[in-house]
Parts: sequence; structure tokens; C-alpha cells
Amino acid sequence: MRSDTSQITEKVTSGDVRAAAKLIRDIDDKVPEAREYLKDLYPFTGRAYVIGITGSPGVGKSTLVDQMVAHLRGNGKTVGVLAVDPTSPFSGGAILGDRVRMQRHSMDEGVFIRSMATRGHFGGLTQSTRSAIDVLDAMGKDYILVETVGVGQDEIDIVQSAHTTIIVLVPGMGDDIQALKAGILEVGDIFVVNKADREQIENHRRFLQASPERTFTLQREKAKNDLIEMVKDRIINEILADIVNSGEFEEALASILEKRLDPYTACDTIISKRVKTGMSK
Amino acid sequence: MAKPGLDGHDRGARIIARAYRDAGFEVVYSGLHQTPEEIVQAAIQEDVDMVGLSSLAGAHMYLFPRVVELLKEKGADDIVVCGGGIFPEEDIPKLKKAGIKEIFTPGTPLKEVVGWVEEHVEPRQ
Repeated sequence: MRSDTSQITEKVTSGDVRAAAKLIRDIDDKVPEAREYLKDLYPFTGRAYVIGITGSPGVGKSTLVDQMVAHLRGNGKTVGVLAVDPTSPFSGGAILGDRVRMQRHSMDEGVFIRSMATRGHFGGLTQSTRSAIDVLDAMGKDYILVETVGVGQDEIDIVQSAHTTIIVLVPGMGDDIQALKAGILEVGDIFVVNKADREQIENHRRFLQASPERTFTLQREKAKNDLIEMVKDRIINEILADIVNSGEFEEALASILEKRLDPYTACDTIISKRVKTGMSK
Repeated sequence: MAKPGLDGHDRGARIIARAYRDAGFEVVYSGLHQTPEEIVQAAIQEDVDMVGLSSLAGAHMYLFPRVVELLKEKGADDIVVCGGGIFPEEDIPKLKKAGIKEIFTPGTPLKEVVGWVEEHVEPRQ
């Protein structure tokens, strides 16, 4: 049984953990009603300070988040944590293990920790994560810490959703050429060199200081990217499903398999029927 | 997947977690030494369908029913609780009576453990 929209909003904004947890799940499962709930919650968002924590697997993101939670709680702030771990490309399953490092906060009423799986999304952050940030925000959390899946060089989605982005690194992960490259090292506001008791710490610090400064992401850019991602998500999930389930698609597929039609022409035909302007002629 | 109590052996829990992962489940792993209160709190925050408790240390007669009890207290008794590990034969009916839906003992094929969930745990509407 689902409660109606205003009831959900009331529960979430009053900090009801169960309601918020269920809503995040609906968001993740792409339950259509979740969008209505999010629309209703939107006026209550925008108050939390969002911090993104990103970096390669095993550098200590979860451990850092654990420490940050402890610090923020010490200052009397409430905290929401979203921790993303990878989905298996083979089974679609996932092991979400970030809580293990944050155990000590599990009984703290002022902390809400939620694990999420990437579910096939690349870029380090899912659309669901963005919406989940809104839910925690509406719950009244002062700070929201978003720990991305372990990322490599180019997964920089987090920048669009966070006010501050922290990149966690460890010594020995590359020389000054790595630091010169585009991508993840451009987007950090704060660089944390973790495991600093290891060798090469001085070198590593020097490489990072030589890195280019991040260009400031404007509020407008952030909103724009959020909207683009949302539209993209809907197009992929709804319009694409509609196309794939159509008889026309099946026919085209059969024709391609029988070599009566090439996929390029088939694609043109499918697109031109649905898109009036733009890419199709 | 949770490890209640002072039991520090989580190889079993990890293997089961991995079997679920390979069957397409999303598994939140709690880590070691969790109290029933912590497990229930995590289950609610994560809005899980099922809690799997692993215990090899003999405190299951207190820890397992306590998890069921706390879930009920929090109005979250729609979450199914299962257990796995080493238990004296005679404890198993008692655990089931206390609301633990199924108990898996050593030697149970992984397929069976995964299959049970697919059969008995309803995905939410």
C-alpha cells in the first residue's frame, strides 16, 4: 500500500527514516510514482551542503567519510551518506560494502546511511543518486556526503551534484604526467592524499600541486546538467522501451537478420518517424 | 547480510553474499560484530527485503529472535529474516518458532540458499 503524495512529503520532511528509505528504493527501482513524490519534495530541497568524495577503489573513501561523519556530528550537524558500489556486469547483482567502514554511526539517529548500486551506469554516479540527494536534503540533513563508486580517470559526474568535491588519492599512483592529464584531477576542490605514511608522499604532493586548477562550476551549469541527465534518463527508459517493444522494431530486426535491410537505414526510419526535427532528414 | 554478536568469522557470510550477487541480488554487507539494534537500523535505512544472519559462535538463540523482535517494534516486520551457520539440531525449530523463516546449516548448496529466497521472498509491489 502506498500513501499519497502529500503524506510521503510530510513524512520525509519530518525525518521519517522508513518513508525516506522506501522512497529512495522506489527512485532506484524507477517506480513511476517516485517522480510525483520527488516533484512534491522539490520545494524542500536545496538546503543541505553536498560533499562528493571520489577516487580509485581502495584509497580510503569510506574510511574518510566515516571520519567526516564523526567530525560533523561532533559539531552538532546531521548527516546523510550515500555510498555507491558497482553492479556486476554479468549478473546485475552487487555487494554493497561501504557500511562496513561506517559501523559506529549506525545507531546515531542524526546519521542516515544508504548504499546504492551503479546498476550499469557509468560516470560514478547514477540519476537515482541525484534524486536520493534530494530526499536526504528534504529530510533536513545539514550535510550530505556522497561517496562515488571507485573511479578511474574520467568519471566526474559527482562534480555536477556536489558543492564541494573531494578527490582521495594515495601515494605511488602515478607521476607528474598523470597529474597533467585531463579528467578527474581537474575537478577536485580538495585533494586528500591518504595513507600518507607510505613512501613517495612528498613526490605525490608535488605532482598534485602542479596540477591545473579546477574551473569553477557555476550553479547554472549544475542545474543544466541535472536537467540534461533527467531528460536523457527518461528518453532512454521510456521512449527507447517503447521503440524496442514495437512491431516495427521487431520487423526491422528480422529484416536485418535476413540481410534485407541494413541497420543504418533501419535506424533512420525508426528515428524519422518519432523525431520531427533535428537528426533525421 | 549481517554478522550479529562477537563471532568474528565471516567467510561464510561473504560466500553467501557473493552467491546472491552472482544471482543478481544487491547485497548490503554489514561487517562484523553488529548488535541486533544496528542490524535492524541498517535494514530499515537500506529498505531491504530480507535480512540474512550468519552466526557460528553459539549466541543465535538470543541474537536471531532479537532481530525479529526489533523489526516488529519498528513496524518493519515485512522484512524476512533468515539464518545460517552452525546450530544444535534442537535449536532450529525454536528459531523458526521465534520468526526466523529459514535456517541453513553447513553443507547446504549455494543454489538452494539462493533458490529459497527467489521462491519465498516476495519482491515489493
